Amino acid sequence: MAEPLIEIKDLHVEFEVRDGTIHAVDGFTLTINRGETLGVIGESGCGKSITAKAVMQMVPKPGKITGGEILYYQRDKYNPQKSVNVVNITNLHPDSEKIRKIRGGEFAMIFQEPMSSLTPVYTTGTHIGEALHLHRMLPKTVGERMAQNITAYRPVTKDEAREISIEMLQKVGIPKPRERVDAYPHQLSGGQRQRVMVAVALSCHPFMLIADEPTTALDVSIEAQILDLMRGLQETMEMSIMFITHNLGVVAEMAKEIVVMYMGKQVEAASTDRIFYEPKHPYTRALLQSIPKVGKRTGDRLASIKGMVPDPFHLPSGCVFHPRCPSFMPGKCDQITPSWIEVEPDHWARCLLYEDV
Amino acid sequence: MAENITTQKADLILDVKGMKKYFPIQKGLLKRVVGNVKAVDDVSFYLREGETLGLVGESGCGKTTVSRTIIRLYEPTAGTAHFKTALFSADGKPEMVNIFDLDKAQMKQIRREVSMIFQDPINSLNPRMSIFDIVSEPMVIHGMKIGKEMEETVITLLERVGLRKEHIRRYPHEFSGGQRQRIGIARALSMNPKIIFCDEPVSALDVSIQAQTLNLLQDLQTDFDLSYVFVAHDLSVVQHISDRVAVMYVGKIAEMAGSDALYNEPLHPYTEALMSSVPKPDPRYESERIIMRGDVADPSNPPPGCYFHPRCRYAIDRCSQETPEFRELKPDHFVACHRAEELTLKGV
Repeated sequence: MAEPLIEIKDLHVEFEVRDGTIHAVDGFTLTINRGETLGVIGESGCGKSITAKAVMQMVPKPGKITGGEILYYQRDKYNPQKSVNVVNITNLHPDSEKIRKIRGGEFAMIFQEPMSSLTPVYTTGTHIGEALHLHRMLPKTVGERMAQNITAYRPVTKDEAREISIEMLQKVGIPKPRERVDAYPHQLSGGQRQRVMVAVALSCHPFMLIADEPTTALDVSIEAQILDLMRGLQETMEMSIMFITHNLGVVAEMAKEIVVMYMGKQVEAASTDRIFYEPKHPYTRALLQSIPKVGKRTGDRLASIKGMVPDPFHLPSGCVFHPRCPSFMPGKCDQITPSWIEVEPDHWARCLLYEDV
Repeated sequence: MAENITTQKADLILDVKGMKKYFPIQKGLLKRVVGNVKAVDDVSFYLREGETLGLVGESGCGKTTVSRTIIRLYEPTAGTAHFKTALFSADGKPEMVNIFDLDKAQMKQIRREVSMIFQDPINSLNPRMSIFDIVSEPMVIHGMKIGKEMEETVITLLERVGLRKEHIRRYPHEFSGGQRQRIGIARALSMNPKIIFCDEPVSALDVSIQAQTLNLLQDLQTDFDLSYVFVAHDLSVVQHISDRVAVMYVGKIAEMAGSDALYNEPLHPYTEALMSSVPKPDPRYESERIIMRGDVADPSNPPPGCYFHPRCRYAIDRCSQETPEFRELKPDHFVACHRAEELTLKGV
């Protein structure tokens, strides 16, 4: 069952800027299986979004993928029997025909800000239609007898695109989709705009959905609707989701596995249950303790992580978390860089507490 | 309906009754008023001294308008807001003054005691002003302190909120989001206020910074004897910091109660639905989530009766005809629902 869709091996993304080099992603290794949801959590600036953008081969300038590979096990969408083709995304040129086909068609992304990710001069229908024109194919109607043997595909027409758009808007729960298909972004509320983003992303039935903080700007009631929708569609379409967020409540509900990132490095990876109940890395523990839990009011102070995220140009030596770490071991943590080890079966961490040094 | 609320409580610092704020919808050349957006529609609540009142609700429900109207950044349409202050009394004893009756000069005085922390720490600080200018500006306006004394006060304030002395000559862009929010807090504290309206003070911050900021707000509350009105949409944050919580829906308060009572035994179906939608940071938590269908009612054209009835799963005919009264069902537990007595709702 667990068939890999994407394998990221030792990914490095660097930004060359005037003040030096920022290692935005520093050795990221991960496998995403088909139909599974993976949660990526961490504070702002830890490299979550850049990892996601690297998978889509759209790291913003001056960022560059400087090492590692992203292997995509590509299956033909319309011919699932055909053998799996392994594509190394890092080798594709960001403007190449090949990656443009994958982007949007096979990998879709929901961006962070629903307010600014839609073009104000295009209607909802145009937004969804654009994706459909580029990526969605419909079966050709040949003679009925022949159709059973030959399946050929053709691009969607304008009218069909409109119909599919309306259907998608209905699916994402926008009231009066037949009217809203002609609405401009400013005529929609924040929640509706975010749902339009979801509709655009899902309209081409992607294998992989990258959701970068898809519900951060939304109210809990709308958030619940969108999460419900994503789960429903995941089941019907066998889609993998990479869920990037800093909301621990949302990942607990959505993800099967979780990766915790800090300063461009993975610090811990395990199943959701283990991350929440047996966290190994002090950073994960601190993160879990710093959130107020609804329904469990103690009146106490929250356990906060002391200090701030370090300056990316002057990273601390050894383990990058050591200046803020409650389990800091002097003489070890500030000198030795911890490695990525499997502390328990299927539970990985990057911490010297679990290494013999 | 506001009369039902028992206000014979000596320790009240703020007592708002029947507050309304309508924004007119104007049309045509002559700016004819064709309707009203009822952003705040007959809201009554009170705040005790040293207490935190949380104000929650979906976006557009009027939470921010409530706080902005009380400090008269918006002119109220109707209602009263009594605030306990000694500023205008002859004998120096605090008395209840209706903020909405004050003139401009008196309002300036009041703003020393009623302060605000804004949502967006990036846009609420002027990028051309240094931190010293930002934090000292209220003192300059009120002519409170000058020169060396002012500088010392600013430094004390900055150190109190966890910033350093050398930050005083820097500019907002040099700070991170959490630090900028601390600057906003220092500015709000500079006049020794009694009430601070915190409008989503932590929603733009990361979880670890959020925890630091919440702890800071709690410490300051004890140190300076502050009362907070804490506006936020994150229910877990509101529960953590608030003594009492008011849930708003389309310009009205649906339910108001002590934090524990509200979260554990809600009386309004909207509160129940809102609680159930909060994602719980616990993968083993099996929740029955109530998905509210449809969108929030339009405040310029609200549905008849109870505004929540089109989305309410317990709605009966009466709900679409009569507006429910905001009443005190249990001591200190207010609710506006026709069926509050008969329903047993689930908390978290």
